[in-house]
Amino acid sequence: MGWTGKILRVNLTEGTIKTEPLRMDWARLYLGQRGLATKYLVEEINPKVDPLGPDNKMIFATGPLTGTAASTGGRYSVITKGALTNAIACSNSGGYFGAELKFAGWDMIIVEGKSPKPVYLTVIDDKCEIHDAGQIWGKSVWDSDEWIKKRHQDPMMHISIIGVAGENQVLYSCIVNDLHRAAGRSGVGAVMGSKNLKAIAVRGTNGVKVKDGMRFLKATREAKKVLQENAVTGAGLPTYGTQVLMNVINEAGAMPTRNHRQVQFEGAHDISAEAMATPRKSDGQKNLLTNQACFGCTIACGRISKIDEKHFSIQNKPQYWHASGGLEYEAAWALGSNTGVNDLEALTMVNFVCNEQGLDPISFGATVSAAMELYDLGLITKETTGGIDLKFGSAEALVKCAELTGKAEGFGKELGLGSLRLCTKYGRPDLSMSVKGQEFPAYDSRGIQGMGLTYATSNRGACHLRSYTVSSEILGIPEKTDPLATDGKPALVKAFQDATAAVDSSGLCVFTTFAWTLNDIAPQVDAACEGDWSPEYLMELGERIWNMERVFNNRAGFTAKDDNLPPRLVSEPAEAGPAKGLVNGLAKMLPEYYQLRGWTADGVPTNETLSRLAL
Amino acid sequence: MLKALVIDAGKCTGCKQCEMACSYVKEGEFNVAKSRIRVFDFHTEARFVPYTCTQCAEAWCQQACPVNAITTNADGIKIVHENLCVGCKVCTIACPFGTVNYNASTGKVIKCDLCLGSPACADACPTGAITFRDSEQAGFDKMRVWATQAAHGTTTQGPNTPAAKG
Repeated sequence: MGWTGKILRVNLTEGTIKTEPLRMDWARLYLGQRGLATKYLVEEINPKVDPLGPDNKMIFATGPLTGTAASTGGRYSVITKGALTNAIACSNSGGYFGAELKFAGWDMIIVEGKSPKPVYLTVIDDKCEIHDAGQIWGKSVWDSDEWIKKRHQDPMMHISIIGVAGENQVLYSCIVNDLHRAAGRSGVGAVMGSKNLKAIAVRGTNGVKVKDGMRFLKATREAKKVLQENAVTGAGLPTYGTQVLMNVINEAGAMPTRNHRQVQFEGAHDISAEAMATPRKSDGQKNLLTNQACFGCTIACGRISKIDEKHFSIQNKPQYWHASGGLEYEAAWALGSNTGVNDLEALTMVNFVCNEQGLDPISFGATVSAAMELYDLGLITKETTGGIDLKFGSAEALVKCAELTGKAEGFGKELGLGSLRLCTKYGRPDLSMSVKGQEFPAYDSRGIQGMGLTYATSNRGACHLRSYTVSSEILGIPEKTDPLATDGKPALVKAFQDATAAVDSSGLCVFTTFAWTLNDIAPQVDAACEGDWSPEYLMELGERIWNMERVFNNRAGFTAKDDNLPPRLVSEPAEAGPAKGLVNGLAKMLPEYYQLRGWTADGVPTNETLSRLAL
Repeated sequence: MLKALVIDAGKCTGCKQCEMACSYVKEGEFNVAKSRIRVFDFHTEARFVPYTCTQCAEAWCQQACPVNAITTNADGIKIVHENLCVGCKVCTIACPFGTVNYNASTGKVIKCDLCLGSPACADACPTGAITFRDSEQAGFDKMRVWATQAAHGTTTQGPNTPAAKG
């Protein structure tokens, strides 16, 4: 109930497919998706494994609420050792793929080994097959999606695909499903590419059952009402998407600008949600056409946009002339504010390219930003960039970089390394705005102090989706804390990290937590799944998952030294805005955080902590 | 008063809650493949369209059925009687809209029966894209939009243009 109880194990080296029952004893301890698949991964791989070698595994995992009527119950995650970070990776995606996998009858697919030649998988109910991908290797996500559906005469398939970026093992390449939803971060696409696996296409006609149907419908109905009545999930997100944050974060002085040189962007309004919904001067049309929901989602924050056909970036490029996935806040920031580009149409075009080629727009934008700073400092020149005038604010340069990176052509090959390797190559690793090799998302930790600790301690490298304390520090959810203060932040970060790990393991979307707490989520899990699932138990389960990920990273070679921030954020004070004069107070927060976690001063979980959590 | 499902595709976000509700009521499990209502995704045009049986007054499925397994109730609802259906699928050919379909696991056909008067899809729809209303007034909302525009002298945007979506 909730779970299908079945796993598909595909060995690409041998070309074998096996089925096995889900370990229900582990499901009780780790729930599903992020937690449960990470348990499988840490049991099965050596933490020191080369992420791009055949001994790394990757798991496509659903949660027990995936494919149910719970709002947002359509998520799936890809769990592996990250190509960008060498740390544990778990990249979460919406769209319809996760629910379809569940309807096909599977909780997860474990992919092992490396195929001798490019292949793709089809999973049609209980029939799984490996097919030659020779004809789509080298093709874009969009073309491959179309080709596979035609080849199998099934337009109802939902497909997760790597673009050419994943094939070329761009270190922050992603896995795209349903054309523009993505398991985006940490280079999970490169891992898939290293296995010569182009795509997984699924089609399911089985049902998902729950433990107590009437109680489940009641719990999900009540929870949907909470989402509907909440200002963020009921109005802000459906109307403006995550882009509702652009002006808010800019005013808070926490909008990283030009590779975090500044904390406010003068062009923020030009690339905001409001700009997307206002008719353009050029053709009188709006950039934003509509919102879209992922499977089962009653929030519907997704953006569907259309670029002005006369815009320079898409002239003679008809593949970008139709509507497709538009800018989320993170992409608009990384591609826009962080590069100093305020051309909304160019950012939308680059976002389309990221979906088409399979690039994480956060790490891509942040890497271009770092390269722009290197260029500004004269550490790289037009000779390095192949003639690109890589100035901050240049939409032309940004577009050119996007077109080269997925294909690993020219300077794009260097951009595909990510900011840390790129900046290290040119002698300035300090200019990479990253933790554990993964680039920051869209919140400057001088203006939102808790996010500094969030980034430094995130198990998958810098990330906002591991503990979104922005909720508390800026939006006042569940209660307002001072974004400029460090007091109380270690406990806040820990609580957010543990709760988020539980939410990610359920099959629900973390965006629900703008309105929901575990008190709203636990009754839904409890009505769907065997066993008792209280909010307290889910919190404990989240803490267990967090520590399991931490132990994996420690064994992979990470130490307390890696729980750090780039020097800029802890030594260069913010120049303007509410945080003017402040740096991030990580050193004040980290020891207390370790203590609260039950870890040693070196950031290692103590034996008492591990046994308390049944690890 | 005959009631009908009124579908405003402009309000649909593609969340498929209608399909989940339908399959749960009809099959006892969440299974969109068995839903009587389906949402179609025209993503390059930014449109999502729920579609199901409109309960034709003169129902071709009913007329084509060789064993009279489809009947009309007092509310005008066309109902498939599973005990009579022989799974010949002639009705699936006869229906011009494709809204009667074969269910291989039961060997019978399935179609929307408006949950016999309280359709679960309309109840589950979070955006009001699917409502259950007086069939004689189904078009009034659209008329009102056009009338409003006529009143203000603008006819460049109809209720079905993407820009009018909420």
